[in-house]
Amino acid sequence: MARIIVVTSGKGGVGKTTSTAAIGAGLAMSGKKTVVIDFDVGLRNLDMILGCERRVVFDFINVIHGEAKLHQALVKDKRLENLAVLPTSQTRDKDALTRDGVEKVLDQLRDEYDYIVCDSPAGIERGAHMAMYYADDAVVVSNPEVSSVRDSDRILGLLSSKTRRAERGEEPVKAQLLLTRYDPARVEKGEMLKVDDVLEILAIPLLGVIPESQSVLKASNLGMPVVLDESSNAGKAYLDAVKRLMGEQIEHRVLAPERRSFFQRLLGRTA
Amino acid sequence: MNLLNLFRRSREGSAGAAKERLQILLAHERVDSEAPEYLPMLQKELIAVIEKYLDVDDEKVEVRLERGRELSTLEVNIELPGAENLQGRARGRPTAGTLLQA
Repeated sequence: MARIIVVTSGKGGVGKTTSTAAIGAGLAMSGKKTVVIDFDVGLRNLDMILGCERRVVFDFINVIHGEAKLHQALVKDKRLENLAVLPTSQTRDKDALTRDGVEKVLDQLRDEYDYIVCDSPAGIERGAHMAMYYADDAVVVSNPEVSSVRDSDRILGLLSSKTRRAERGEEPVKAQLLLTRYDPARVEKGEMLKVDDVLEILAIPLLGVIPESQSVLKASNLGMPVVLDESSNAGKAYLDAVKRLMGEQIEHRVLAPERRSFFQRLLGRTA
Repeated sequence: MNLLNLFRRSREGSAGAAKERLQILLAHERVDSEAPEYLPMLQKELIAVIEKYLDVDDEKVEVRLERGRELSTLEVNIELPGAENLQGRARGRPTAGTLLQA
């Protein structure tokens, strides 16, 4: 019976899709059968970040509407045999997602997979609601930046009221913070919110701190989840977070961002 | 994508790979967005035609697509019942072939 994890944030551009891909790939690397689902109808991107965009045939909405079978719409990752992607539609709008339709698909996936990771769209509209409604766990992605933290707080409110667990009065969705684009040097100089500051404000457990990293853009360029880049500190931080998600006790460490070398800066190269 | 390309790309930096992936994908998407989604219809009609002659299990139809720069390939695999599952059925129906490739 799969655990359903929603990766959400409220604010756009904080790293939800990157984190979904990294967590999904990390779980698959740990031997867990994992499926990642793109809930951002009309703005499909998870397929791009995972590098399977050229192989998408059918999508989540086709399955909900009965136009394709679930197994036909799942795209298997070529590098990780335990990982599959359920892409969303690029042409329809968010109204195409229905609560019953989403439930039916999740129920089918639940028997076959260990983890279902739902990539929420930004905002607090229908797509975001659908992505979180059936969740058991939530990964709240935030940057150490005021608007992002504020939006995360709003999302936490929705997680505790607008989910099936909340409506049924069951054990609440377990929400944990994933702080991304963290730069310890700037924190040191007092230019950036500290992890502890954010934790104090949001009052939820910490899943992980992902350092600002050049390797994230490189991974996105190549369509490869950043956890597959062994030299990446962001990748290592994601793997730690994945272990915590699976229930392991891993001590928190704040990894330094990879600084560009003198020569790279001289040449103006970024990735 | 072969290994050689991978090495060549890494020397150029990953931005070259990003540009190429975007060019291919967007070229396809710009065309697709003007036409209705044809794949579900294509599949339905294809199965309807095949069902006139053969027993087809919906669960055993696989459609694969690979979008490329020069050309794209669409592969439809339909698994047909094998000899054992055909026993007891009316004669005259095809028994040969377990995989039909379109």
